[in-house]
Amino acid sequence: MSVKSAILGTATAATIALSWAMSPGPARAEGPSILVQSTTSTQNSGLYDYLLPIYRKETGVTVHVVAVGTGQALKNGKNCDGDMLVVHAKPAELKFVREGYGVDRHDLMYNDFVIVGPAPDPAGIKGMKDVGAALKKIAASHALFASRGDDSGTNKAEMRLWKATGIDPKTGSGGWYRETGSGMGATLNASVGMGAYTLTDRSTWISFKNKGDFSIDVQGDPRLFNQYGVMLINPKRCASVKAGLARQFEDWLLSKHGQEVIAAYHVDGQQLFFPNPK
Amino acid sequence: MQDFGAAFGLALHLIATGDDNLLEIVVLSLKVSFSALTLSCLIGLPLGAFLVVRPFWGRGVVVAVLNAMMGLPPVVIGLLVYLALSRAGPMGWLGLLYTPTAMIIAQTLLIAPIVAALARQVLEGLYSEYDEQFRSFGISRLRAAAALVVDGRYGLVTVALAGFGRAVAEVGAVIIVGGNIDHLTRVMTTAIALETSKGDLGMALALGIILMSIALGVNLAAGGLRSVAERQAYA
Repeated sequence: MSVKSAILGTATAATIALSWAMSPGPARAEGPSILVQSTTSTQNSGLYDYLLPIYRKETGVTVHVVAVGTGQALKNGKNCDGDMLVVHAKPAELKFVREGYGVDRHDLMYNDFVIVGPAPDPAGIKGMKDVGAALKKIAASHALFASRGDDSGTNKAEMRLWKATGIDPKTGSGGWYRETGSGMGATLNASVGMGAYTLTDRSTWISFKNKGDFSIDVQGDPRLFNQYGVMLINPKRCASVKAGLARQFEDWLLSKHGQEVIAAYHVDGQQLFFPNPK
Repeated sequence: MQDFGAAFGLALHLIATGDDNLLEIVVLSLKVSFSALTLSCLIGLPLGAFLVVRPFWGRGVVVAVLNAMMGLPPVVIGLLVYLALSRAGPMGWLGLLYTPTAMIIAQTLLIAPIVAALARQVLEGLYSEYDEQFRSFGISRLRAAAALVVDGRYGLVTVALAGFGRAVAEVGAVIIVGGNIDHLTRVMTTAIALETSKGDLGMALALGIILMSIALGVNLAAGGLRSVAERQAYA
């Protein structure tokens, strides 16, 4: 093989490979689309796999979801990366709107947080309703507790609960208090792996498939309420935001029909999200 | 605990039924990683050859840096590409974040140093054999570099496979710049990460088995092509 033909051959192969790579993706990804920054809890619970095809069928609009923690979703929103947010940390969301990064924020739906733990129940919290007392017992017995540790909505909720007890769990960090820095599912896997209690939203827990000997220990405290909100990324700040399409999806989610679709999502016979727009 | 047997069964079932979603994910994985490999070879092979035939002051340091870059963590590359391609970043106007193109860019940055460093290693050995010949013919450095790449092509196939393996197996970079969006940027590794976080370990393992089978297939194909070409070359 001569040098010239080798170079020619390489160039041809490269051209073919690149034109293949740059060719448009699968047909179903075409047409109008928006990008929603959302949370791992909603993705891991399968809500989007259920809901988005219905929306696409009715409107022809494809909704793409990037699932990260609420903290990162808000940051990505500040960077104008996306059109819309579905997250769950109301105080942080309201601040986001106040600072002009988001507009049209509405309550969308709720579920609740629960504390799950291993069958031996080393802290003896099974059946408790008072989440503050349960956390105190965990801290006092130095039973393992896995925290998201990632500034997500669930993590923010957990830190609020700890703060109310007056205990700073971070003094036990690396010991009994273990911050995984990961999504909800990954943290549940870690909890089951090391037999640690953790705070999770009920939807992720119900649809989670690697439960081991874990079950719900603490539930029913009003402080465990978990509100999800929806808003647009401010189109006045971010020219790239597809405000019309995003507003159309938001209106659909908040409409009577959208609420019925959300309420109809069940896993193992249990409703995962309860719509409550005002 | 799901057992391996069940995961194998699930993997076979997914392949046998020709699951549409799976096919889409596999095709995108191959598209992204092959494109990154092609770009990396276009950058890395000439760079590796250049470092062999062209002595210059500080070459040892450049080689050491290049070798160190083989250990770049994918998540760091993902973060750098995210910052560059974000709407708020310097190249945000391109609108490339959360597209397969962004994933190709990230993987190219990841494996171009690997291709360059390993190619340099392979070609250096070859050069020590040819050095005198090149000199006696008075061949220019450019032609010498090209001749080295052509002559070392069989060794360079292994280099390319190493780069491909690294690209197709990484998750840290593509999950940040691609976003693991269903039907758009979901590839094998990010799908495995997602199934793992759903606690569906059987499905995750099944996808892992399929990914490894694909990698094996690519390696076998490359090995086969190489032996056919070698036989023709020396026949």
